[in-house]
Amino acid sequence: MRTHPGIVAIALAIAAFLVAFLVIPVVAVVYTAFSDGQGGFTLAHFAAFNEISLMRESFANSLYVAGMTVGLGTLIAVPLAYLTVRFQFRGAILVQTLGVLPLVMPAFVGAAAMQLLFGRSGSVNLILKDAFGVTLPLMEGLNGVIFVETLHYFPFILLNLSAALANIDSSMEEAAQNLGASGWRLFRKVVFPLAMPGYVAGASLVFIKVFDDLGTPLVLNVTNMLAPQAYLRVTSIGLEDPIGYVICVILVAFSIGAMGGSWWFVKRRDYALVSRGGVQAPKRRLTPWQALLAYGWIVGMLLLVLSPHLGILLLSISKVWSFTVLPEQLTLAHYATVFTESKQMIWNTFLYCGLAALLDVALGTAIAYIVLRTKLPGRQLLDHLVTIALAMPGLVLGIGYLRTFKGVELPFGGGALTASWVIFVLAYAVRRLPYALRSCMAALTQVHPALEEAAENLGAGRWNTIRRVVIPLMMGGILAGFVTSFITAAAEISETILLTSRESMAPMSYGIYLYFQSVLGRGPGAALGVIAVALVAFGTYVSHRLVAARSPHQSGGGQ
Amino acid sequence: MNPVGVDIRHVALSFGATQVLKDISVSVEPGEFFALLGPSGSGKSTLLRLIAGFNQHQAGEVLIGGRDVTGTPPWKRDVGMVFQNYALWPHMTVEQNVAFGLEERRLPRAQVREKVAAALDLVGLAGYGARRPGQLSGGQQQRVAIARTLAIEPQVLLLDEPLSNLDAKLRVQTRQELVKLQRRLGITTIFVTHDQIEALTTCHRVAVMDDGVIQQVGTPMELFDFPVNRFVAQFVGSVNLFAGRFEREGGALRFASEKLGRVALPAGVEPPAGEFDLAFRPHAVSVVDAAGPEALSLRGAVENAEFLGEFLRYEIRVGEGLVIADIPHARGRAPIEPGTAISLAVPASELRFVAA
Repeated sequence: MRTHPGIVAIALAIAAFLVAFLVIPVVAVVYTAFSDGQGGFTLAHFAAFNEISLMRESFANSLYVAGMTVGLGTLIAVPLAYLTVRFQFRGAILVQTLGVLPLVMPAFVGAAAMQLLFGRSGSVNLILKDAFGVTLPLMEGLNGVIFVETLHYFPFILLNLSAALANIDSSMEEAAQNLGASGWRLFRKVVFPLAMPGYVAGASLVFIKVFDDLGTPLVLNVTNMLAPQAYLRVTSIGLEDPIGYVICVILVAFSIGAMGGSWWFVKRRDYALVSRGGVQAPKRRLTPWQALLAYGWIVGMLLLVLSPHLGILLLSISKVWSFTVLPEQLTLAHYATVFTESKQMIWNTFLYCGLAALLDVALGTAIAYIVLRTKLPGRQLLDHLVTIALAMPGLVLGIGYLRTFKGVELPFGGGALTASWVIFVLAYAVRRLPYALRSCMAALTQVHPALEEAAENLGAGRWNTIRRVVIPLMMGGILAGFVTSFITAAAEISETILLTSRESMAPMSYGIYLYFQSVLGRGPGAALGVIAVALVAFGTYVSHRLVAARSPHQSGGGQ
Repeated sequence: MNPVGVDIRHVALSFGATQVLKDISVSVEPGEFFALLGPSGSGKSTLLRLIAGFNQHQAGEVLIGGRDVTGTPPWKRDVGMVFQNYALWPHMTVEQNVAFGLEERRLPRAQVREKVAAALDLVGLAGYGARRPGQLSGGQQQRVAIARTLAIEPQVLLLDEPLSNLDAKLRVQTRQELVKLQRRLGITTIFVTHDQIEALTTCHRVAVMDDGVIQQVGTPMELFDFPVNRFVAQFVGSVNLFAGRFEREGGALRFASEKLGRVALPAGVEPPAGEFDLAFRPHAVSVVDAAGPEALSLRGAVENAEFLGEFLRYEIRVGEGLVIADIPHARGRAPIEPGTAISLAVPASELRFVAA
């Protein structure tokens, strides 16, 4: 059967969109990093990068921070994952909470609160100084970035590792016990290696996220890292400075390297055997001492993970909070300030993120349909193109947009594209598209083709079948994709900082960042942060509900 | 190493409110190839896992080589188990898999290498050491699993449905290899299966289990010829079973059953007192012109015939019941047409009275 010309047109339009707003900006960044300005190839910019001691230091610092975050995140996540999956134990709900809590608050929002709790004159150190006369440099320089990022990102390792552990057939462990292994050796030689794919997936994700993060270091005033340097070069020296592009190429290379590496690692080994039989290991009982240790560990982690949330909440309702363990006077004035000063920003967030999410699910649904339901030649290419977006740091895409669309005017006298709010929608949409696409694809996979064939058999044409059968059946997945796109866009900061040219145009995330720049703005910044967290938490809840609700009524026609 | 025995004494085990093993007592002799045979849910795998230490019994004791292992963790029991799905670790090569138990026992490197090579050689997989489990066929994977277990020279070998993941042809071949291996090593072996043919063809003795209870322990022939109850009679081989009562009328003995009606029992048959079922195997039934006094005589009409090559399986309506008769096939002989009235004879020696 020939593919409908309408479908071909839509596929081409999507491809053109992805090329214009993903491929060209990224290529422009890479090209600039290797271009001598006259169209020739050069490595001179990389040499120049290497000449600057601050750049070498930043590179090393970024690697150190990302590596340490993975290491510390592993230390937190591995015991938690092992405990919940392998032992009888009532704290499972606590651990699940641990896994979700950090994700609802953007790392850079938590950073300000962490400063007040764990900083040099923060609550914890004030108490320690009083009691023991010592202070811990938890938030000093790179330590602060590592601390904040670890608490924010360890759930990625926890969730992936837990899933991998739960998938190991019980006989795998029993065989090792039967041959004489137990305790730590059993874990080290059999359990952990078998869960390795999940661990590597989580750890590589954490590495990339931390390596690319711009917001957290900026809020903590740490600039000797790669992402802040790229931002500072581009904003202070200008868009022509090649060093910023060199940094971007490094960020992209590491992202692709980490993602490709983890993919290769999992692919290389045959883990298909692991889940054969599909019996989950019976959960073991904890001895009283082990239980004490386990609960102690979990409660301690929960307190740590909750601290930025509590901190930001306290900060948002405190009149003054400095050099005291807890704020001394409470007020709601910051919320009032935010609602008068930042109404525009809250509205902007809804507008940009709503439109971006809408664009994402529209593209996601179309691509899913084309890839899964048509025989259009080269249809997989659309899927692959979207996957590129997954490896693109927000910073890189932001710089790419500024470079590529500089001087591009919007039609109908809309002014420069880079100075208009449209650019936010495009940037948000492109980077969230992979998530929306996964969601739509999962939804469409669950719709049995016979349901469509039945509609066609009863006389519905292709478009009517899509409109009346396919899309309604995919609705749960489409909505979940919309919510995911919306909340991750609302929490985004890297692209946002770069693309904001006027305060009136900025979304909430920029507002929080801006407030945090001054001591006086911390209160309103925290209030805005609380609103953002509430928004993200609500969105996360809705998306979980949608995913849960979608499963049962999708069974029709399934096999 | 001298083979050791396994003694299970009054073992009971429950998972929550479900009693899975009820007062199990059985002795496995040193060097014996012993089967636990039963349908799924009978408790046979639970009993095997209990011997390996993966389940904890709430009452009774388990002795391996005369030593009570209750409370000994799996890794200190020295009983080798081959898992139903083989449980080969995909992140290790064949060699690393087989070496695992030896390394856990802190054997010197050279000795580990030597024993791994010997174990792989034993199962005919010398030269496969560097491969990963995923690169092997199902049959080869199973042999690696056996080599991995035998490498540690366990006191007892436990096999959990070892043939169930193999295709039919390979299953017969592997079954024979297992028997040869066991006879050669003389290791006490306990074999769990739901397949009666597997149990009968391989094992010295078989324990038939149902509903958490050992129904009967015996050699394959004892189980087949002298089943003690209805369950064993039906589970081991096929059988004609009729519930009823014995009636004595003058000198003659009759069997009155709802299905068969009243039939005269041959002279010399002494049924036990109480409620028992009359049982006989389909192959013991023959089609005759008229049965003699030394055989049970039945009359009925053929309902259905299945040609199975070596024999024909007839379903014969006798009274209200159906009698199954396996009649040897001779070349060119036509089957008896459905609807034909025939006489059947079952020799007195083939009649069994089993408890319900």
